[in-house]
Amino acid sequence: MTKGGALPKGFESPSDLGSQEKYEEVKPSSKTMTLRISKFNPDKDHAPTFLEFPVSYEKWTTVLDAILEAKNYHDHSIGVRYSCRQAMCGSCGMNINGKPRLACFTKISELDSDVVTVEPMNNFPLIRDLVVGFERMFSTHKRIKPYIIREDSEISSGTKEFLQTPEDVEKYIQFSSCIKCGLCNSACPTMAADSTFIGPQGLAQAYRYIADNRDQGKDERLKIIDERHGIWGCHFAGSCSQVCPKGVDPAMGIQLLRGYLLGYRK
Amino acid sequence: MEKDRKEGIRGMANPGRYGIERVAYWLMRITGLGLLFYFIGHIYETSSLLDGKAAWNSMLELTQTTEGHIFLTLVIGMCVFHTGNGIRLMIAQSGFGFGKPRRPDYPYTPSSLNMKNKLCIYVSIGLAALAMMYGLGVMYDV
Amino acid sequence: MSSIMRESHIMKIHYLTALVAVGFVIIHIMVRVTQGFSNSLEFESVIANYKSIPYAVVLEAMLILISVHGFNGLRIILLEIKQGRVYENAVTYGCLAAMIILIAYGSRTIIMASMGMV
Repeated sequence: MTKGGALPKGFESPSDLGSQEKYEEVKPSSKTMTLRISKFNPDKDHAPTFLEFPVSYEKWTTVLDAILEAKNYHDHSIGVRYSCRQAMCGSCGMNINGKPRLACFTKISELDSDVVTVEPMNNFPLIRDLVVGFERMFSTHKRIKPYIIREDSEISSGTKEFLQTPEDVEKYIQFSSCIKCGLCNSACPTMAADSTFIGPQGLAQAYRYIADNRDQGKDERLKIIDERHGIWGCHFAGSCSQVCPKGVDPAMGIQLLRGYLLGYRK
Repeated sequence: MEKDRKEGIRGMANPGRYGIERVAYWLMRITGLGLLFYFIGHIYETSSLLDGKAAWNSMLELTQTTEGHIFLTLVIGMCVFHTGNGIRLMIAQSGFGFGKPRRPDYPYTPSSLNMKNKLCIYVSIGLAALAMMYGLGVMYDV
Repeated sequence: MSSIMRESHIMKIHYLTALVAVGFVIIHIMVRVTQGFSNSLEFESVIANYKSIPYAVVLEAMLILISVHGFNGLRIILLEIKQGRVYENAVTYGCLAAMIILIAYGSRTIIMASMGMV
């Protein structure tokens, strides 16, 4: 994190060269906020506690930057999972000020609060501190068969590839942006109480493959989702779409998927 | 060992945090349960007809109180909201009313939470309020 | 219920009962309002309503439609609150039984009142 506001050596713009004195006059724009991090190890602790750290931030500082500063300089034991730092890997989902968000994709300045509280995501089993287990989500994801199902293959086909028009791709491309971060499942009101529900992540992916015109596994998938804790557990509260950091809009995919079961789509 | 972070009924019943669509979800549940409760009561209430005029009139007296009128007004509101929002949900859940999927562009405004849907929710709430006022007018012969 | 029917079939029934019930509820309310709310609740007036066969049919249809819709809605909510084979079967068959009992109890009133057995 840049605390002073000055560019690192070697990064000055040409016009600034030789005017170091002028640069030093620029006031740092850092503000300070309190970062509250939930600490809880189910193996050792009885109840979660919150660690508080004063953290200075700039306009561009993300919540993940702040957590890592606290981890690096204050408490190495803070458990946090992250990888790409650019909303690509889906590792750093957590509750930030009560709502599920990606820590790397949430700027502190956007939160408009002097206190930022980070907790593990709801509706997932806790491993430690901010880290939750994704096993159930991944197994549900596998259950809906997230791959193209068809008898022939691109290798055996005479054309060597299955051509699609841009219109064919538009039908599902939105839903293929899913990074499996689990924010949608965390926000879903049905998931809050029903742990056997497939969830918005799995259902949106079921639509992604059914809407793909290369796929022939529609009937198989519809059978999987048309059960007691399947697609009908969605009541279109829309919370999943509201928190999705990639614009997947799972609520839309689920409603479109229902069209197949109600006979509006073929 | 992992600790389950399930929000439970509290998470399901909390209408805050996620905008008007989540409020509509919560209201739909509450009004549905309320209407079922009223319906069972209404069937029991009308069965007093079989015990003659005196039994019917004494049952009717229960609803002729201020509390009874308030309850009936709430039932009218619940009925109108549940119907209006229910029709919105039926249309949306059949896959209509939010356009076609498209390539997502930042800042990723979800089209399933579009203004048409929000407007339908507000109209359902507005109609419920109007119906409640009309119902009060009828009950108090205004 | 859902072990013998696919959930999508149950939901089609859920939607259909709602739509048709709305129509009948509007008729039911219009009958009350056009007669004057207080007057329509007089004992004689209510009995006269029941003796009208088309109106009795509307009431019976409404009773069945709302019971099916209402108890299925309750089943859906209860199944989301808690899971487990025994609980889920208890909720499913419990709701089905409650629905049948309510329809039978309401039908008794409609049939007896419309046949003048009051």
